[in-house]
Amino acid sequence: MATLIIPTPLRKFTDGNAVFEATASDVRSLLQALSNSHEGIQKHLFDDSGDLRSFIRVYVGDEDINELEGTDTKIDDRVEVSIIPANAGGSK
Amino acid sequence: MSHHDITFSKEELERYSRHLIIPEFNIEGQKKLKASSVLVIGSGGLGSPLLLYLAAAGIGRIGIVDFDTVDASNLQRQVLFGIQDVGVSKAIAASKRLKSLNPHIKIEVHNTMFTVENARELVSKYDVIADGTDNFPTRYLVNDACVLENKVNVYASIFRFEGQASVFNELLADGTRGPNYRDLFPAPPPPGLVPSCAEGGVIGVLPGILGSLQALEVLKVISGVGDTLSGRLFLFDATGFTTRILKVRKNKDNPLNGENPTQTELINYEQFCGIGTSTEKKRKVAEMSVQEFDQWRKEGVKHILIDVREPYEFGIAEMGGELIPLATVLESTDRIPKDIPVVVQCRSGARSARAIRELEDAHGYTNLINLTGGILDWQEAIQPELARY
Repeated sequence: MATLIIPTPLRKFTDGNAVFEATASDVRSLLQALSNSHEGIQKHLFDDSGDLRSFIRVYVGDEDINELEGTDTKIDDRVEVSIIPANAGGSK
Repeated sequence: MSHHDITFSKEELERYSRHLIIPEFNIEGQKKLKASSVLVIGSGGLGSPLLLYLAAAGIGRIGIVDFDTVDASNLQRQVLFGIQDVGVSKAIAASKRLKSLNPHIKIEVHNTMFTVENARELVSKYDVIADGTDNFPTRYLVNDACVLENKVNVYASIFRFEGQASVFNELLADGTRGPNYRDLFPAPPPPGLVPSCAEGGVIGVLPGILGSLQALEVLKVISGVGDTLSGRLFLFDATGFTTRILKVRKNKDNPLNGENPTQTELINYEQFCGIGTSTEKKRKVAEMSVQEFDQWRKEGVKHILIDVREPYEFGIAEMGGELIPLATVLESTDRIPKDIPVVVQCRSGARSARAIRELEDAHGYTNLINLTGGILDWQEAIQPELARY
């Protein structure tokens, strides 16, 4: 099972869970599995044309998928995939 | 002034002695701190530890930008301030506190908003910038001003139990600049996809941790000791005590300093972040003020009050409404009549307006009235004994 780390702002769609696991061979299918099993999360990850949103970064290990094969980046059970959203909070 | 010309009094040498006896930092590092200047933008959750540690460490000149005043709800995490500061300008209260902490440094107060008009001038007067702001338009403004003025931007942000930190636009050994915020996030999330006021909140210690890390990175940038977070993003999730460090790469499409720069000056950041633009403008709904609503109650006008906030907000303060959180209003129409006026209320009036639009669109309601200003206005004008949050 591949491991996906869910950031705090998206955990409201995953019943508060920080980790999502699914069998997937690449990043896109892992994100798709997440979208299929958690209603409402899709539009936060992808725009209408199916591209990853520009305020979301996806990492495999410590590397940005844009430096790899994008959402086609192959994954296996050993890697950790992270969704990193832009966050502005500073608690004034 | 070059740091080589810096001298210290006996009091200063004693004060900074724990720096001076670190072999790789020593008096050379301390001279660099004293010769340097840092602008801290925002003196809130992140700004509090930042300012305290930068002042304690002996940064020669510290600028504070903040337009806000201290509120009682700040004290849970903004450790710069005490109960005596509530209602006082943050920048002025901070300056007072820092001067009492370290009389050997210069504190400059900028009791103003950080805006497109003053950003570049303010940034240009300091060596290093530390971003302790709390919203996307200002984050991008800080970043762009730093890139355009060739300044380092030491960054951190927090949300609930999670924090991020990095060092942007640092001058590297090869003479180039490290990645900046736009390399990491080319564009901000549109307003609908940003956590709303109902979903905010931060655990009190977290800004202390991230703001302290920022202060540490500022000292490293200035002293040249160690490897900073330039080109890396640090993530901390306190719930599981997990930390990660991810690589941040330069993006050739960066509009400021990519391969084909298209932006040579500051822009309208509210617009860039989709705030107040036509797509954000919403259909108007019927509304009434808290004074009018108070009058209705006094006159016994028949109505129902619906409170669309979350249960945890209801627990802090409520004004006698029936609690139906925004996410559940469409399934709760059996509790929302169509034959008498229904006043809808939230914290400030934004979520209640949204609830009204959703109910009108999905179920054809025509009797819904938004309470403008929500429970905040109600507390201020009618029921001061309620708690504000």
